[in-house]
Amino acid sequence: MKTLLDVIGALFLVAGTSFLFLGGLGLIRMPDLFNRIQSGTKATTLGTILTLIGATFLRPEWGIKLSLIGLFLLFTNPLSSQVLARAAHRIGVEKSAKTKVDLLVEPPGDPR
Amino acid sequence: MRKFGNQTALFVTLFLFWVLINGSLSLGTLLVGVVVSSAIAAMLPGGWDPLREFHATPAGFSAAYHFLIYFIKELIRSNIRMAGVVLSPRLPINPGIVKVHTKLKSKMGRLLLANSITLTPGTLTVMLEEEWLYVHWVTVESTDIEAATAHIVAGFEKYLEVMYG
Repeated sequence: MKTLLDVIGALFLVAGTSFLFLGGLGLIRMPDLFNRIQSGTKATTLGTILTLIGATFLRPEWGIKLSLIGLFLLFTNPLSSQVLARAAHRIGVEKSAKTKVDLLVEPPGDPR
Repeated sequence: MRKFGNQTALFVTLFLFWVLINGSLSLGTLLVGVVVSSAIAAMLPGGWDPLREFHATPAGFSAAYHFLIYFIKELIRSNIRMAGVVLSPRLPINPGIVKVHTKLKSKMGRLLLANSITLTPGTLTVMLEEEWLYVHWVTVESTDIEAATAHIVAGFEKYLEVMYG
């Protein structure tokens, strides 16, 4: 039983770290700040959650704490990425040449 | 009175979080928890209650359950799609910021919608203004407000509408 839990936990850890790796890879490959935020902070949501699930299988007694950490992440992660993107857009951070459209018009007189 | 209720709800939420994360019911832990939680609740006069605007009806709970399932499905699906984009040598991105519309009226409903959009990779809420959301989209499929709304918002909104209105 213990071995089975260890194997399931390890599989979750591998899946989680794979997504975290892809998030990091995206951070390097993406052309501008907005796309990097997408990859670097959010593609890691699933990665971190899977890692926490994996850790729960390995150490069931940590379950409550690990799920609280997951919950905390789900509430804080979108907030921080939204604020970063908002601030970057407001100060006029350069967008990739591939950018097709930007319907967010900053009100005039905004500090730049 | 209502304000007071919100502060109490915030205190209870914080205290529960504290006790669960400590995993202990010793006197010292509980005392620190009470002091810190009430200090934070006292500093936030508006309080905060995640369930204030929640429709606590059978339909509301059922929608909350389906919302969770839908959210997890979207999270996995869009993560895999993003993995494909990042791994592809050509990096097939087509980014842009589109404007979408929400029918939700409640603050909590809009907050959950904006956060759900942000949490699913590929879409990032940059700004929320009244009923308009500005969303950064890695692979823009439509710049039309109606079409983009149907693509990004409609799936989550269907459940949140029943939960929060």
